[in-house]
Amino acid sequence: MGEKRFMKGNEAIAEAAVRGGCRFFAGYPITPQNEIPEYLSWRLPEVGGDFVQGESEVASINMVYGAAAMGTRAMTSSSSPGISLKAEGISYLAAAMLPALIVNVSRGGPGLGSIQPAQSDYLQATKALGHGGFHTLVFAPNTVQEAVDIVYESWEYAERDRNPVFVLIDGCLGNIMEEVDLPEMKEIKPEDLPEWCLSRRNGRDWQGNITPIYTEPILEGLNMMAGEMYKQWEEEDVRVEEFMLDDAEYVVIAYGMASRVAKEAVIKLREEGHKLGLIRPITLYPFPKNSIRNLDYSRVKGIIDIEMTIPAQMRDDIELQVMGRCPVYEYGRSGGCLLDDDGVYEAIKEVITGGAE
Amino acid sequence: MAVYKRPTSIADAPSGYCPGCLHSLATKLVAQAIEELGQADNSLNIISVGCSGLNILYWSGDFLSTAHGRAPAAATGAKRANPERLVFTYQGDGDLAAIGLAEIMSAANRGENFTVIFANNQTYGMTGGQMAPTTLIGQKSTTSIYGRDPKTTGYPLRMCEIISTLEAPRFVARYALNSPKGIMDAKKGIKKAFEMQLAGKGFTFIELLTNCPTNWHMTPLQTLDYMNTNTIPYFKPGIYKDTEENA
Amino acid sequence: MTVINDYLCKGCGYCIRFCPKHILELGSERNKRGHFYPVNIDTEACTSCAICATVCPEGAIEIPEKGEN
Repeated sequence: MGEKRFMKGNEAIAEAAVRGGCRFFAGYPITPQNEIPEYLSWRLPEVGGDFVQGESEVASINMVYGAAAMGTRAMTSSSSPGISLKAEGISYLAAAMLPALIVNVSRGGPGLGSIQPAQSDYLQATKALGHGGFHTLVFAPNTVQEAVDIVYESWEYAERDRNPVFVLIDGCLGNIMEEVDLPEMKEIKPEDLPEWCLSRRNGRDWQGNITPIYTEPILEGLNMMAGEMYKQWEEEDVRVEEFMLDDAEYVVIAYGMASRVAKEAVIKLREEGHKLGLIRPITLYPFPKNSIRNLDYSRVKGIIDIEMTIPAQMRDDIELQVMGRCPVYEYGRSGGCLLDDDGVYEAIKEVITGGAE
Repeated sequence: MAVYKRPTSIADAPSGYCPGCLHSLATKLVAQAIEELGQADNSLNIISVGCSGLNILYWSGDFLSTAHGRAPAAATGAKRANPERLVFTYQGDGDLAAIGLAEIMSAANRGENFTVIFANNQTYGMTGGQMAPTTLIGQKSTTSIYGRDPKTTGYPLRMCEIISTLEAPRFVARYALNSPKGIMDAKKGIKKAFEMQLAGKGFTFIELLTNCPTNWHMTPLQTLDYMNTNTIPYFKPGIYKDTEENA
Repeated sequence: MTVINDYLCKGCGYCIRFCPKHILELGSERNKRGHFYPVNIDTEACTSCAICATVCPEGAIEIPEKGEN
C-alpha cells in the first residue's frame, strides 16, 4: 500500500526514486533542485545505496555512467545550466546504451540565467540533449504526484530501452508542496541485474564490455536500431491529457506548470460560454502528434501555445501537426517571471475575441 | 609453468599501438599483475580516450570505455556500485592531466578505492602529436613547433608530486618503462597498488613514463635514450607516497 | 629458450638491445604485417633470463620452462 505525505516536489522526486530502486546518485549543487541531492545524501545510505557530491556536473553524469554500467539504478539531477554541462555525458549514456534517470528542474535562461522557474529547456530536452542525434523519453509532469509516479517507473523504461530517461519540470513544481501518495519500495535483487551489466564476471564466459565508441558499420546499425526504438515510442509511449476538446473551437496547448495555469483559464472562459479545450503533452518526446493532427479543423479556429518561455519553443512541434489548417498563437512569460491566471486568461480571451496576432 | 608467458587479459592479437610504443608494454604489465593476483575474471578496465583508448582493441577482460578525462568519475560510480571488482582506470597524460584534472584530483582527494594507471608519454599521440600538459620544455610538438616555451605554455605537470600532497591517496609512484629494471619495478608497483585496493585501502596512483616514437619522430630505440636524458631527469621515478611503509 | 611469436612482433628492437648474451638479431624475413622480427642466433647460449620477454611491448616473446617446448 502507498503512504500519504505532504512533500516538496524535489524531495518527493528523491523519495520516489529511492522507492523505484535508485541506489546511486551523483550531482552538483545548483538552484532550484538542491533538495534532491540533499535528501538523497542521507536517504540513499539508509537503503544501502551511495551518494556522491561530484566536483562538477560533468563528473557527476560520468559517475552515473559508471554506476549504470554495473546495472545499478542510477540518477542525477540538475537545473538548466547544469544540464548543458551534462550534455556530453547524456550522449555517452545513450551511445553506450546505459539506463539512467536525469531530472532537470529548470530555470530561466540562457546563460546562468535566473534561479527562478522557467520552461526554456524544451528544445534542448526534446531535440538535442547532447551531440550525435539521439533521443530520450522526456516526461513533463504537472503535479508532484505525477512527478512521483513517473520517476518511480522511470527505470522500467530506461532498462527496457537501455537508454536514459529524462524528466523535465520547472523550479516551481520542484519547490511547491503537495499531498502525495508514495508507492511501495521496489526490491531489486542481485539476480535481477541485467545480463549485459558489468557487475560480475564470475561464471560468465563472455567478455563484458560497454563502450560509447564503435566502428562505422556497427555504429550505423546501432543508429538504425535507435531509430526503430523512437518509432516504437511514438506508437506506445505517448502520454497526453485532453481536456474538453469535443466541441472546442479554440485549443490551448501547454505542459508542466504552465498547463495548470492554462487549465484554470480554460475553465473560467468555458464558464463565460467560450468553447475552449486543452491539450497537455505529458511526454514531450515522443510528442503527442496525433492529438493535435487529428483535431477537427473545420471547427477549430485557433491554437494557443502557452509556455513559460519567450519565444515559445513547443510551437514548431505544434505547427508541424496543424499544417496551416488554423492560426497558431503563443503567449508566455520567461526569465523567471511566472505565468499568472489573469495574464493567461487575458491572452486567451484576446485570441478568441479576435484581437491577437 | 613457463618462465614468461603472455597474459590472458590481452587478446592473442597485435595491439593497436605503433612499433615500440610503451603503451602496449604498460598494458601488458597491468594484465600480468592482474593475472598473478588471480583477478583476471574480477578486473574491470575503465578505458579513457586517446592512445590509451586503443586498449579497447585487444583488452580481453571486462572493460568500460568512458569519455575523455572522465575515467576517474566513471570508476567512482562503478567501484561504489560494485566494491568487489578490481577497478582501475587506464589514462594518458592529455586525458588525465589536462581535460581530466578535476576528475583525477577529486577522485584522489575522496580516496576512492580504485587504481589509476597513468601512462605519460608527453604528447597527444592519437590526434597527431600536439603539446600535452606534460610535454617537456623545449620538446617539439605540432602545436609547439619551436619547442615548448614556458613563457606562454607553462611547465610540464608532475602528477605524482601533486597527487602525493593530498591526504587521502595511499600509494603514489612513478616508474620509467625504458629499461628492464624500470619495467620490473613498475610491475611490482602495479601489483602492490592492486593488492592495496583489494584490501580496501583506498586510492592508488601509478605513473608510467612511456614514449611516442611516431610523434617524437624517433626510432623506438632512440626514444629509450631520449627518456634517459630528458624525461627521467624531469619526471623522477620513485615512490612518492606509501602509507603502508609507515604502518 | 625464447619463443618469438613473429605474428605479434613489430620489430622495435628492444629485445635485441637488452639481451645480455647478445644472441638476438633482427632477421631478414618480414612477418605478415611487414615487420622484420628477431631471431635467436645462439639457442645454446640462451639462459632463459626472460629480459627480452620483459621488455617486449607486444608480449610477443614467451619463455617456456626447460623441456616444455
